Formats: sequence, structure tokens, C-alpha cells
Amino acid sequence: MIEFRKEYFADERDDNLNEIGKPTQRQDMLGHVTGRSPYFDDHLFDGLLHLKCLRSPHHHARIRSVDTSEAERMPGVKKVIRARDVPLNLNTLLSLMDFGLDDEPMLADKKVCYVGEPVVAVVAETERACFDAIAKIRVDYEVLPHVLDVEEAIKPGAPSVNPTYPTNTFLYHEKYDHQKLRFGDVEAALRQADHVVEGRYQMSPIEQAPTETCGAIAAPETNNRFVVYTSTQALFFSLGTAAKMLKVSSNRLHFIGGTVGGGFGGKVDSIHEPMAILGCMLTGKPVRYAWDREEEMQVGAPRGAERWYITDGVMNDGRIIARKFTGYFDSGAYTRLSSYAIIKGTGHLPGPYTIPNVSSDVYCVFTNRTPATAMRGFGITGVDFSIEAHMDKVASKIGMNPIELRILNSYRDGDMKAHRRLAKNTALIECCQVVAEKAKWKIGNEYKAMSSLKGGGGERALIPAHTAIDQKGMVRGSGSSSFGYQPQPYVPSTPTFPSTPAFPSVPAYTPAASSSPAPGASERRPAENAPTPSSTYTPTPSQPATPVEQRPAVNRFSSISGLRRR
Amino acid sequence: MTLHRGRGFASINYPIGMNLGGDPSQALVHSNPDGKFMVALSSIDLGQGMKSVTRQIAAETLGIPVEDVYVDTADSDTGPHCMGSFASRGTHRVGNAVIAAAREARSVMMEAAAQELEVNPDDLVTDGKGNIHVKGAPSKSITTAAACGAAQFKQGRTVSGRGIFLVPLSDVDPDTGEMTPVTCFAHAAMVVDIDVDDETGEVTVIEMNSAYEVGRALNPRLVEQQLIGGAWMGMSHALWETTEPYYPDRIHGPVDFNEYLMPGPGDIAPHHISVLERPAPDGPFGGKGPGEMCANPVLPAVANAVFNAVGVRIDELPITPEKVLRGIAAIGGPQPQPKW
Repeated sequence: MIEFRKEYFADERDDNLNEIGKPTQRQDMLGHVTGRSPYFDDHLFDGLLHLKCLRSPHHHARIRSVDTSEAERMPGVKKVIRARDVPLNLNTLLSLMDFGLDDEPMLADKKVCYVGEPVVAVVAETERACFDAIAKIRVDYEVLPHVLDVEEAIKPGAPSVNPTYPTNTFLYHEKYDHQKLRFGDVEAALRQADHVVEGRYQMSPIEQAPTETCGAIAAPETNNRFVVYTSTQALFFSLGTAAKMLKVSSNRLHFIGGTVGGGFGGKVDSIHEPMAILGCMLTGKPVRYAWDREEEMQVGAPRGAERWYITDGVMNDGRIIARKFTGYFDSGAYTRLSSYAIIKGTGHLPGPYTIPNVSSDVYCVFTNRTPATAMRGFGITGVDFSIEAHMDKVASKIGMNPIELRILNSYRDGDMKAHRRLAKNTALIECCQVVAEKAKWKIGNEYKAMSSLKGGGGERALIPAHTAIDQKGMVRGSGSSSFGYQPQPYVPSTPTFPSTPAFPSVPAYTPAASSSPAPGASERRPAENAPTPSSTYTPTPSQPATPVEQRPAVNRFSSISGLRRR
Repeated sequence: MTLHRGRGFASINYPIGMNLGGDPSQALVHSNPDGKFMVALSSIDLGQGMKSVTRQIAAETLGIPVEDVYVDTADSDTGPHCMGSFASRGTHRVGNAVIAAAREARSVMMEAAAQELEVNPDDLVTDGKGNIHVKGAPSKSITTAAACGAAQFKQGRTVSGRGIFLVPLSDVDPDTGEMTPVTCFAHAAMVVDIDVDDETGEVTVIEMNSAYEVGRALNPRLVEQQLIGGAWMGMSHALWETTEPYYPDRIHGPVDFNEYLMPGPGDIAPHHISVLERPAPDGPFGGKGPGEMCANPVLPAVANAVFNAVGVRIDELPITPEKVLRGIAAIGGPQPQPKW
């Protein structure tokens, strides 16, 4: 049952349009319901070869040697691909936006960092021939200590997972081992609160589970080009990643996709396209690389696990006056997109409520598990679960109707948000009112009378007179000057895909020879100051406060990455 | 032994589009000589309706029937750059790019019509049915087909348009997190009613009531399928799904749909949805993006309902029967909470 409550916000809409607002049938419905819409896997070329990978059986191990000689002689095998065959065997997805450092190889070279990490790729006439050849490959592993828990991973002495980030945390803004949010003085407000409510929340990894598993088919096209049929959710992410890793001009790649059997975030990682094209380049034949369901579930990147600690300061009348977060995103062995989701999550805090004192520390942590990636609600779903489960605890603690608690604290048009921008176009209160009415969940008349359009702004629009700033988690030796970093103006029209060379030169990948810290690690301090939220609330001395107006000017775009390619 | 009814609530908002901006999308629109239009994108239709919603946006902007437009998604030789279909950005970002491209194409079509009719193009309007006429004088008209034909065969004009939409990239302050994360938000509130079996630990969703504010519903059927499917996914996340059931231990990882659990048809609960539409000032015709956020309120609402039913706080997802039973045992038996 669905109804459209047109009476809400009616004066903000023109409902008399010709096509907009009409329940028009989908353009592609006929093809879908007759089973004739072409997907990537419907392009089965004559002589199509298949590609499969030998995968790590260990959470963490050094690769001492790889012997593929027997596999290469197996019937139907056309090519055995090793790390040295990859033109640029190190990448991070968001390097296309200049965000983060290259940290993930297409094929593991010196060590493997998670169960399922690809080590060798075999191209053969059938998938069966691929698997038979893979069974003949001999890899000599030296098993290394591994770490699977985010809070264990950031303790001093934990095994170093990712050679690019040897202390197991992404580095934000070339400065901190976590992303900060500071608005007002949370510790002071917690001391004034009538009640302090604490909670710990954990979301486990979740599979995107599209009906169509991820894959790509690459084939030689006339005039020295390659055509690629792909299930990608982001055509130019995949094209740009392939151009970079294969060192090929982007306009020699002809990517075709756009009709995809479900994605839910699991088809942005651009794993299959570069690998299929590489197989095509090395054999001169069309090559298909697609995951089976087991690979999709255990090798394909899931929605990553998140752990959140929340501490609220609440008054007897239900007003929440302080909210503090500590979050850990389990990025798995490599960055993919978790670092970016944390900034998204941070901008979302403290949820859709106006709270005068908010602070947050969120860590992007590397562990020896399948890398995590995007999924529906990325950066938000986990913390929304935490916030709303926590709101219910707050309501219980003070004996308040849970819907009235939300409406009372809801943000409204004109309120200042914790990321220091004004709220507009809000509608949380109306959603609460409508659903209370539908579900016959009684709320008081004063709450029925409240509105997103009224009561916001004014004092609620003010940035706190002082915000408690701290330098916890600062990475030793960081800071603009010591990294040679200079604030740069944002250049909106940076060409993303120059024809040749495809990308600026990138330092060669030199994985750490052992689990000892990579060069540069000595400059970084382990996250020894990472908070270990305790089960009882113990106020900590407030940090030296810095008035807002005395803070240095906001850094420009280039500071987002924390780590620009240099 | 006993089924305990419980009721939980949650409310959320959701940022639309790639965080911090800096995520452009482009569109190209052109007409055949008979006034039938093509929209070329490199965006992706994942089943969510990318082709269909951009088709309606193009038709509305051009002022022609939707049948006169087809959208082609994702050919890198013809479709200009798009960041991709994720982060609830498709409708908002690509929709705005399509509006820009369609406006440019429309202006050529109107100039061509004006030249044929020997009037000022500013005096012309479209009727949305394939005709262009002088405002207030429907008899002085030309079909869009004739206008586009004249443009290309008589006047030497290309009836085409280019569009791009870019939310400029925001800075982030390292010390305070000050930033401009996104430009608009969708909203939702949800009440979930469940039964908890205190013998098996199983949770059965009985009914869901929700209110979703999605900006203008550009196609109400596409909104409906997103909300129903997304709420199903939220319910599945709350009670069934994970690739690592004993996280952070990696044991018992599922490898197929026999082991990776999801609700089946018999587990689907009636879901009563109310849609509110507060247009986004910078959205295409006020549209936001219902795609991602529709799942989010279900997870905490279910967890809160479990507490309401048996007095157990389960703060680790998914809420499996094992966790429910262990939780009930830990508090010495079910402790039903007051009902709202």
C-alpha cells in the first residue's frame, strides 16, 4: 500500500507537469520481461577465453615463490598472468579523484593480505581448464601473523596489513590518523547533562548480492582498440582504472555497459575490466572474467563492518545537549572506498537532530580481510542503525515517548548543523507525524503541531561560541610544511582522462619486504592515543579551547585526500 | 513457548549524491530529422530506472511526449562522462545534466519553429503533445517534427544540446570537520511491528508503516518499487544477512544462497507507505533520490522492536535467533516493555 500525501509541502510544488510525476512504464520493461535485454554476459564471442585466479588461502602470508611451469603446459591454457605482467600493478580506486594513495595490486606479488586475494591469473579455453591449471600452480607461502579486529589492528605492535599504510589506518589530511568532527564542547556539556547514555554498536559485513555477478568481457577491436562489455556501475571509473593500470590511452578503450543486473554498490570496484583487457592484450583473443557466486560472496568486496561508540548527554526534558562518536570502519586489506565513506558519515553526524555539542573520531582501519566497498547507504547505514538504536535507549532512560523524543530534537529549516552549514529543505518532523498517525502511535498535541518550517534558526543557527579542538591522533612529522604540502585552489575542470600518457607518473610499487614497517613508517606514530571507550562514563579534562575565529583558514580541496600522489 | 509482540520506531535523513560533490555527470541530447530525440549518457541502469527517469526529465524539458525520447546508457564512445550510478546520485546529478542538455536542444527547436512561423521564439510554447504554438493562439502552430525537420534540412541547425551538472567539491577542515557535504537530504520515519518467539529466538516482521520524504516523486511507480524493495533489504539486513556471521572471526562464511540467508516470500510483511514530497531546490524538478535511504530506518526500528518485545538490546547486526536467545537468557527471561 502506497499513498502520496500531496497536502504536505504543496505550495512548494507545481503538480501540473506533462511527464514528471506520471507513472510511466519503464523504457526497458519489454526487454526485461521477455528476457531479451542484453547484459555483459550476452556477448559471447567466437573463441572466447576465460580467466580465473589462484587465490590466497591465508589471511596474511609472504609469497616466497610461485611455480607455474606445470600449469602452463596444461591443455587449453593460453596464458598464465603474474604480477610482473601488469603494467602498473598498484592502484586505489579514488586516485581518479586524487583521493588517497595507490595501495592495492591487481595480482599479489610479495605478499597476500587476505584470504581470497588473487595471486596468479590463468587464461584458458574453458573455466574448467582454468581451474585444472590453477590446481597445478605451486605457491610457497610463509604465513605471517594477521589481525581481523579493528581495535586490535590499531594497537601498537599489531601486524602491519597494508604496506602503503603501515600502521593500519588511513591518513586524513596529511595530519591525523582519523577524521575529526568538532562542534562545541562535548565534554563540558556531558558534565552538565542530567543523564549520560552510552552504547556500542556493530554491523557485520553484508553482501550486495546482485542477481548478475560482477564481470567483464574484453575483445580486440579493429584499429588497435579494445571493446569491453561490463557490469560496472560506473563506466568511467572502470575505464579510467583500466587505462591507468594497463598504461593505455583511455580512447583506445570502448566500454559498453549500462544495463546491469543489480549493483547495490558492489560493481564500482573495477576489478574485472582491467584483468579481462590484460588477458585480451596478452592473448589477442576475447577474454571473459566473471565471478561465480562463491567469489561474489567471499572475494567480492562487501559492505564493510562498522563499529560505533556513542555517548549522549541528555536533559530530563528530552533535549540532547551533547553527542560523542567514535567509529571504526573495517576497510579490509585495502582502501577501496572506505576512507571516503568516513567523510560522508562524518558530514552526516549527529543524524537528523540539532544538538549543540557534537564530536566524532572515525578511523578507517586496515585488517586482514576481504576489502570492503560501497553498498546502498554507504557511510550512513551503519551509523544510522547506531544512532537510532541509541535514541531508543535515550528514550527508555528518561521515560519519554520515542517519537516525541525525535520530534523534540529534530533539525529544522535554518538550524546550524555540526559540519557548520545551515539546514534547509528539512522534513523529518513531518515524516514522524505521518507515521505516528498511520501506526496509531499516540503523540502529544504539542508534537503534532511542530513543523520543520517553524522554530528553527535564531539561536539554533549559531555556531557555538567556542569549540574544543585537540590534536589527538596527529601523525608525527605531519603538517603542511613537512610534507611539502601547500594549499592549492580547487581547479574545477581538471582533465580526468588525458589521452596520453593516461596518468601522471606514479612511484613504482615497492611492497615491504617483510612485516617490518615500510620506509616512512618511522615518521608515523601508532594510534596509541586512539580512544578505548570504557563502559562507564568518565569525564576527561577538556582540551585547550581555540576560539573558532582563531583557527586557520579551511584548507582547500587538496587537503581532502590527506595523501596526494606526488 | 510464547510469541511476544513488539513495536519499534526509527527516523533518519539521507544525503543525496556523492559526498563533498566534485562528481560531474554529462548528457548529450539530439533530434532526428522527424523530431524524435535521443539522450546519450554513460550512466548506468541497474534496474533502478535510470533510463526511464531521465527519459521523463528530457521529455518534460523538451516539451514533447515521452514516447518521442529514448535514452541510451553507457557507451563510452558516444555517452559523455558520468561518475556512475551510486550514492543516490543518478536522479539528482544526471537528471540535472539532462535538463541542461534538453534546454539547449529545445531552444534550437523553438528558434527553428519561430523562423518557420515568422514569430518571436519567446512567444512560443510547447503543448507536450508534439506541437509548438504561439502563446494564446493555438491555431498558429507547427509540429515538433516539422520544426526539427526544418532546422536540419532548411535552416542548417543542429537540434542538439550538451549538459553537465557539477556540485563543486567541498573542502574539509581536518580539525573541525567543517565541510559542505551535500546539497539536499531525503527523510524517513518508520514503525515496525514484530513477533519474537522466546523458544526459537526467531523474529517475524508483522507489519511496517513508513513515511518517506523523497523530494518530488518524478515517477511514482519507480519510487514505489524503490521503497518497497529497499525496505525489504533493510529488514533483511536487520535479521538475516552477513558474509561473516561471527565477525570478526571469518568462520562460517556463506558461499551461496543456501547459506547466505535472506527473507523469502513468506517472510515479507505488509508495508504501508506514505510518500511526502518536499522538492529539493537544486534537484531536477525537485527530485532527490529514494534509492539508498529507504533501507536505513528498518534496521534500527527492528532492533528497537525486539527490545520492546522481550527487553533485550541487540546492538550487533544481524539479529539472529542465536543472539535473541542468548540475550533473553542473559536477562533471565523475556521482559516485555510498555507498548506505545
